Amino acid sequence: MSDSNIIPKWLSVGLIPLMNLFLAFCVSGLFILFIGENPFRAISVMIKGAFYYPGAIGYTLYYTTNFIFTGLAVALAFHARLFNIGGEGQAYVGGLGVGLVCLVFDQHVVGFLVTILAILGSVIFGAIWGIIPGYLQAKRGSHIVITTIMFNFIAAALMVYLLVNVIIEPGQMSPETRDFASGVGLVQIHILAKYLGLDIAMSPLNLSFIVALTVSVGFWFLVWRTKFGYEVRSLGHSETAAIYAGIKVSSTIIIVMAISGGLAGLVAINELLGVHNKLLLGFTAGYGFTGIAVALMGRNHPFGIFLASLLFGALYQGGTELDFEFSSITREMVLLIQGLIILFSGALAYMLNPLVERAYLKYYGNYSSA
Amino acid sequence: MPESFQLIISLLDSTIRIATPLIFCAMAGIFSERSGIIDIGLEGKMLLSAFVAATATFLTGSPILGLFAAILASCGASFIHGFACITNRGDQVISGLAINILASGLTITLGIALFSRGGQTPPLASEQRFMPIEFPFLDEMSYVPVLGDLFVEVISGHNILVYLSVLAVFFTYYVIFKTRFGLRLRAVGEKPEAVDTAGISVIKLRYQSILIAGMLCGLAGAYLSIAHGAGFGREMSAGKGYIALAAMIFGKWNPIPTLFACLLFGFLEALGVRLEGVELMWIGEVPVQVMQALPYVLTVVLLAGFIGKARAPGAIGVPYSKEG
Amino acid sequence: MKNIENKEGSETIESLPSSTKLAIELKNITKRFGHVVANSDVNLKVSTGTIHGIVGENGAGKSTLMNILFGLYKPDSGMIFLNGQAVDVNSPEKSIALGIGMVHQHFMLVPTFTVLENAMLGNEGSMFLQSGEEFVLDRLRGLSENYGLDVDFEAIISETPVGMQQRVEILKALNRGAKILILDEPTGVLTPQETIGLFDILRSLREQGVTIVLITHKLKEIMSITDTVSVMRGGKVVANFSTEKTSPEELAENMVGRKVLLSIKKPTLKVGNPVLEVKNVSHESKDGVNVLKDISFDLRQGEILGIAGVAGNGQSELLDILSGIETLQRGKITVNDKTILPYQDWNSKKAREFGVAHVPEDRHKRGLVLPFYNYENSILGYHRNEEYSSGFLMDKRKIFNFVDDLVENFDVRPRSSSISSSKLSGGNQQKLVLAREIESNPKILLVGQPTRGVDIGAIERIYEDLMKLKSKGTAILLVSVELDEIMSLSDRIIVMNQGSIVGETNSSDATELDLGKMMSGLEKV
Repeated sequence: MSDSNIIPKWLSVGLIPLMNLFLAFCVSGLFILFIGENPFRAISVMIKGAFYYPGAIGYTLYYTTNFIFTGLAVALAFHARLFNIGGEGQAYVGGLGVGLVCLVFDQHVVGFLVTILAILGSVIFGAIWGIIPGYLQAKRGSHIVITTIMFNFIAAALMVYLLVNVIIEPGQMSPETRDFASGVGLVQIHILAKYLGLDIAMSPLNLSFIVALTVSVGFWFLVWRTKFGYEVRSLGHSETAAIYAGIKVSSTIIIVMAISGGLAGLVAINELLGVHNKLLLGFTAGYGFTGIAVALMGRNHPFGIFLASLLFGALYQGGTELDFEFSSITREMVLLIQGLIILFSGALAYMLNPLVERAYLKYYGNYSSA
Repeated sequence: MPESFQLIISLLDSTIRIATPLIFCAMAGIFSERSGIIDIGLEGKMLLSAFVAATATFLTGSPILGLFAAILASCGASFIHGFACITNRGDQVISGLAINILASGLTITLGIALFSRGGQTPPLASEQRFMPIEFPFLDEMSYVPVLGDLFVEVISGHNILVYLSVLAVFFTYYVIFKTRFGLRLRAVGEKPEAVDTAGISVIKLRYQSILIAGMLCGLAGAYLSIAHGAGFGREMSAGKGYIALAAMIFGKWNPIPTLFACLLFGFLEALGVRLEGVELMWIGEVPVQVMQALPYVLTVVLLAGFIGKARAPGAIGVPYSKEG
Repeated sequence: MKNIENKEGSETIESLPSSTKLAIELKNITKRFGHVVANSDVNLKVSTGTIHGIVGENGAGKSTLMNILFGLYKPDSGMIFLNGQAVDVNSPEKSIALGIGMVHQHFMLVPTFTVLENAMLGNEGSMFLQSGEEFVLDRLRGLSENYGLDVDFEAIISETPVGMQQRVEILKALNRGAKILILDEPTGVLTPQETIGLFDILRSLREQGVTIVLITHKLKEIMSITDTVSVMRGGKVVANFSTEKTSPEELAENMVGRKVLLSIKKPTLKVGNPVLEVKNVSHESKDGVNVLKDISFDLRQGEILGIAGVAGNGQSELLDILSGIETLQRGKITVNDKTILPYQDWNSKKAREFGVAHVPEDRHKRGLVLPFYNYENSILGYHRNEEYSSGFLMDKRKIFNFVDDLVENFDVRPRSSSISSSKLSGGNQQKLVLAREIESNPKILLVGQPTRGVDIGAIERIYEDLMKLKSKGTAILLVSVELDEIMSLSDRIIVMNQGSIVGETNSSDATELDLGKMMSGLEKV
């Protein structure tokens, strides 16, 4: 897949993705119409739910945080032309890292330090779950798409086993660990605001959001300003040229997958350290898969990923509002929209190119340069 | 009849029930991937057609019509997949993923809108389902030791789709390896230029292949909701499409080995359920999750070339263009 | 400069006996790819039962024209007549039905299929393979015997030699009833014996009434086998001849468009010490073929050593090993007094550290990361150097300073650092790669096919740059399939055939004839 050579960048990177998004929303609207509801009312409910009500923005940004992490994870792998579908599993296992660190240390070590260690734990455990498929791709030639899919399921089985049989709180029925000790965790923004004398509505938004923004800047730096980033992009565009340039292909693949997995693992800090304060079943809730849509829409650039994450954050938060307002539409409508966005922004990303090219040539083009 | 024999018989019986949708989907995967199109969307197509089968059957009262509706819906999803990756040369993995997520959202949304039962369809009466078929001479056979039990408990007493899945394997094998269409299909998955310059349309061939894949997924979906089950439940495909994908790779894109991979994976699941809470000698209790993860682990190990080598069709995942 | 235009050329054709019927007539064919005009207003006539050659340099539009005739590409305008009838060839399906067969430069065979399966693809004889196979096999055996197309029907394609693969391609076309056969650069991958065999086949096809169009850039082949010939240049047919009335010189002149001036001033320079010593290097490819057999030679300071040979005789593998892309399996290499032994840690990074620069044969696949901007490509392979970086960061300002000078000094057009290299012409891409490698101040420069797909103006510039580098004392290893290029640039020439060095000569003593014989493996020196 490549962008057009004919039309200028503002069309191919700006207008066409917006048109694709618009198409996805149009088709979603048709479905709502088909169900017998008013799509415009649904949109206004979702917008209100995402931005208007007290705490709504906080919720939206809390979801956004997850999508930034998984979106960046998928995007980094894309830069090396690796399709990491395993964000879901990597985030899940990242949660194991957080959980183990907290359960082992939180009774003995000061909370602040445990939190730092837990963040590291999420990155390292997520990285491990990325390194294995990376290694198998680099050294054994296993197709990374298939391996990461398999690893999602293996992660799910592993986590169920551990949560049900090993690290479950004794005497507890639902498969969760005990609560982490107080003092461990990332402060929620509304609590922080209270210290500063501001009154913000309660929401699960926490310091992870700041981490996400910092990591986004770091991502940009890594990919476009470092030698390693240069090597990753070379490899992504042309493996043969990368070998010619003396770039070690397999170690680059493995490192990229490690960082990618680590990024996905950070979802756990938002969910576990920021909100739940314990390790529980299924906390990843599909964020890893949504990361693919985010990376596609954001064109693998951190700024684009931020915007796309915000959109999906708003969709998720606004989607919960659908449950209250409609009898026949629920938040699962968002899944449908998400599927359509992946379809139009991802698989059909270049469908409109010929159309736009023709229109562009008609109004601006001249063939004199031929 | 000794207890262990009874156990084996019932294990085999549930193996077949579990393996049936896997077999349909894996054969679908073979058709699609042998023609060069990655099919991650097996899961979504199965889920969608399970929903459509149950809905259409409930509305019309006829499982036959339900089955046809399921096939139609699944082919529709295949067509979208084809439009994205054959006509528009989009990424096949992304397209398949889109179909899976779309199917998840669509089935729940439509289910709630139509039936207001939290995404479920209303339960179907037994005359609205494909019911088990009892073979003749069951009574007579039951007097024959071993073979008789095998016949009565394992071979007989399944619904029509189970038997159809076995037929699907032979159908797949025959079409792919013994017909002109199959020769061309294999060629287009290995080297589409060769097919194009032989005056055969790559696009048409690939559409045909994925539409066959769509039909087979439709059968899998219908099996879930109107044959094995009595109605649709949210996310009822529960990752079976991915297990089928794994089985297809495990069977190295060949129908007969893939059939055995499906049976193996089905057997593992059946065994996992049966072993839950059972203390085994020497080993102790085997967690059900081990059995659940085993198909995926085995596939990873196979793909990594530690046991044999699975070689994918040469042109898989690459969009075809003449002037590119 | 003598200029022959269409009109004069077509008269030559019309002077043929009037009894000959035209099998193919193309009228005013034009084809654009984006902004590039590949064929412009092309006219072509080929008589039934003749062998017609189309010559031209790389990029002259030969393959595009034939792909149009075969229905793979749609022309933007123009008409096609077959046997006097206007036809609309909009797909290979149609062209095959009209009796056209094409053997592509890169074979269109399914590597995992048997010869039989490949030959029958598209004309299987029946819906069911078993009954079809029996029927088709009979027909193929007949064709095979009739035309001397010797193949093993049971063999898997990927395990057969290229010569047989080509015969399968011809069989495939005949199986589908081809009366017109197009061959695109058929001898590029063949040994001389195989070429002779192919020409025998083509003659026997002609005798039985098949019309053949042969695309090539090798003039000798044109002279030896064709009846008539068209010359293409810059997307146009610039001349038509009857083969017996023309000469290689006249054809060459028309191909290039002006007298070729390849009398390059070689700086007279005393060659110095050997900087590259290759001893007994052998190499086995991934498919288990011995692609290099016991190669030994020296390369000295200030010397250009040319390696001549038909493509695919081990030159590419040799370059890959010397540049660190491939691991050394057997033998010994000494680079600037540093010795590399088999399976030692040897890669492109290390090669550059040892002072080996490399202009690769394929600039699209290796020399450039095409979507990258010029400034990114201008440091490919040298991006770790401290000149362009500080710590683990890249220093964009330093890179830009470097690149601005680079495009200026080496005349890379357009003079922009921030344009995607994919938008440059072939010649300018090559200049960029060469500039990058020269600017690394190498002790040794490995150059593969420096002028492939490069326009004449850029060729001159590239030759000049190589000579300048030589006079600075750099040792240059030049691999090229263009004999002229090897002869005019090199001080010394070695010839490779089937993975071995079959001859060595000083370029002043070399004649094209001798080299040609060595290249074909007929003669050892």
